[in-house]
Amino acid sequence: MKLSEIRDLLQGTVLTGGDHLNIEVETAAASDGMSEVLASPLLGSLLITGLTNIQSVRTADVADISAILYVRGKRPNERTIQLAREKKIVLIATALGMFDTCGILRNHGIKGAT
Amino acid sequence: MAEELLKRTFKVRGRDFDKAGETSAEVKAILKDIGIDPGIMRRAGVVTFEAEMNVVMYADRATVTFILTDEDISIEVADQGPGIPDLELAMQEGYSTASDEMREMGFGFGMGLPNIKKNSDTFILESEVGKGTRVFSAIRLDSSDAAHARI
Repeated sequence: MKLSEIRDLLQGTVLTGGDHLNIEVETAAASDGMSEVLASPLLGSLLITGLTNIQSVRTADVADISAILYVRGKRPNERTIQLAREKKIVLIATALGMFDTCGILRNHGIKGAT
Repeated sequence: MAEELLKRTFKVRGRDFDKAGETSAEVKAILKDIGIDPGIMRRAGVVTFEAEMNVVMYADRATVTFILTDEDISIEVADQGPGIPDLELAMQEGYSTASDEMREMGFGFGMGLPNIKKNSDTFILESEVGKGTRVFSAIRLDSSDAAHARI
């Protein structure tokens, strides 16, 4: 599924990376614990998290994750968005909670990366 | 004898959450420039990032030494800090002495050291209480990513 479809499904707002919404996502990892994400065996996944600090972007960068989906209406600060822009990581925010976000994406064929 | 191709050292400051992760980003950028296999690069990134976060969370300061040879990548993180009293316990997944503040940063869930070990072909953890901890990791350039990712 393309990131643009994920944005539409979740009524999300793109915070940065609007030029890269044609990236295909097949797997996702959902956690507020970054080491859990780093332990995930699959590459190129989507990170779904409520953790909005700069470590979310650093984790995505280290783990080669192309996009972060922030849940529960939380937004990262400008410095975090700036780092994502530099690292070419797409940031999307949705008002939906973690459970509903994961359920909707799972119903549309996204698989767990853990 | 392996031939040393590149050596870099970095300083990491304890409690500096804002800069935490910059060293691993630099290591990854170096490996990307050289054209290292993405799976190997990811493993080296995870090792450096987890070790760096441990320093930021627990230690006063550390030196990260990164060496690339024609055979492997080695990452050594030697810190000055409280040390680890029970290494076996520290290696158990889920065991953590992290504070709520550390967990709010997304770390301190007892996965860091096990993650470093999983991504290493050689892993050494040494510690002296009251002095500091040394983590050594080596990743062979000919090792496959898949063999390690699912251990």
